[in-house]
Amino acid sequence: MGAGHAHKLYRHGHSPVHDLPPHCKLAAVFCFVLVVVSTPREAMWAFGLYAALLAAVAAVARVPAGFLLKRLVVEVPFVAFALLMPFVVPGEQTSVLGVSVSVPGLWGAWNVLAKATLGVAASVLLASTTELRAVLLGLQRLKLPPLLVQIASFMIRYGDVVTDEMRRMSIARRSRGFEARGVRQWRVLAASAGALFIRSYERGERVHLAMVSRGYTGAMPVIDEATATRTQWAYAAALPALALAVCLLGWTL
Amino acid sequence: MDPVTSSTESTEPFTDDAPSLEVSGLAYAYPDGHQALFGVNLTVCRGERVALLGPNGAGKTTLVLHLNGILDAGSGTVRVAGLPVAKRNLAEIRRRVGIVFQDPDDQLFMPTVREDVAFGPATAGLRGPELEERVLGALKQVGMEEYAARPPHHLSFGQRRRVAVATVLAMEPEILVLDEPSSNLDPASRRELADILRSLDVTVLMVTHDLPYALELCPRAVILSEGVIAADDRTQDLLCDEKLMRSHRLELPFGFDPRSVSIPSA
Repeated sequence: MGAGHAHKLYRHGHSPVHDLPPHCKLAAVFCFVLVVVSTPREAMWAFGLYAALLAAVAAVARVPAGFLLKRLVVEVPFVAFALLMPFVVPGEQTSVLGVSVSVPGLWGAWNVLAKATLGVAASVLLASTTELRAVLLGLQRLKLPPLLVQIASFMIRYGDVVTDEMRRMSIARRSRGFEARGVRQWRVLAASAGALFIRSYERGERVHLAMVSRGYTGAMPVIDEATATRTQWAYAAALPALALAVCLLGWTL
Repeated sequence: MDPVTSSTESTEPFTDDAPSLEVSGLAYAYPDGHQALFGVNLTVCRGERVALLGPNGAGKTTLVLHLNGILDAGSGTVRVAGLPVAKRNLAEIRRRVGIVFQDPDDQLFMPTVREDVAFGPATAGLRGPELEERVLGALKQVGMEEYAARPPHHLSFGQRRRVAVATVLAMEPEILVLDEPSSNLDPASRRELADILRSLDVTVLMVTHDLPYALELCPRAVILSEGVIAADDRTQDLLCDEKLMRSHRLELPFGFDPRSVSIPSA
């Protein structure tokens, strides 16, 4: 069988952050990211304060720093792009450790790095305190188009099924002496990908048939209604509200 | 019977004495011209368990898809507890006919077992404690109530098959239609499913190649061959008729003698 009991990002626990309704957390993270992005890049201290805010949330959620930092690795491909900026952006040159780099490029890299890292950290924090299922409920509650929520929910349900199918196909290939070594084997891999696509497509048709057989007419019934009290909203709003204060200071100072 | 769909107005009166399923003169050709059914007649009375046997390509699946109106009859009629399968009745028909498909991964499409079992009744408008009760009741009938919060892909194949049965039981169907219920099950899961099916107080139509399973569960069997019902009799008599069996490409597993079996009582 597939992965463990929950998805890899989630960290099981009971904390005030875990217990917040998913749509409050989603809204809070979204607003926080908006605030971070609209902060002037020159206010470097503000980004430090944002990081401190996130660290405080992590502490309340009892998510260890190591757990968070490991999951920040997703960001690496974007960081690589940011690191190029000081060398390719034209403008006034300065020298760092004997290497000549452009000043606007440095600012640009800092801007991307700081804002992306904070955004990813906030999202990782959300994912590690909210079950995937709850994230979907939250999105539904926040009135994301139902079709998108349905697609996401089917992705979660059938991800493992399709991965399993892919694994079985790979075993079948290797059992017949196939080894993917170079370009010449790509044709076989492409054919396998095509077969996997068709199998998934046909499964989609069968699933739809099963849904229609049980009365589906285009809308998913809302079985679990996510609800939040005023206190819970206020609690969730603490993060973006404090961040907004920092942001405003950043613009005025 | 209390229809879940009290909101949808079914124009036809619910007749209590009508047979669970009444198929008469059903013919169907696929859009590509291939004719699959040539006038099928079949009546299944309330509470009966009937096996639908037949070689591959006999039209079994095509027949099943007519029972809840996925396919539109070319000619002939299908009635479920007196209600004709027609566009205006589809919601009620799909509540009355519970189809359990062969691959439980197709049938279980919601993130958790509980939500999946709730899907049918919730689509029909049931909410709140009534819905909870219905879901728990259906899961209890198949012995899976402890797994309500689990995602379906974390269950064993046999457990998934049982949950798939629960998803249609939750709709309190008039007739349960099972497509190859014993396929891919190990002997223990097979027996557990048989015990469950025997304990249910519901009409069953079981499509299968598994002749011993048909004999074990269904007192009556029909053979669908080349688009018509070729035989309709006591299951044991059918399986013992070697000439009939051979002429419809039906074969008993090695060493199995239907004469020597004493059938467990219903």
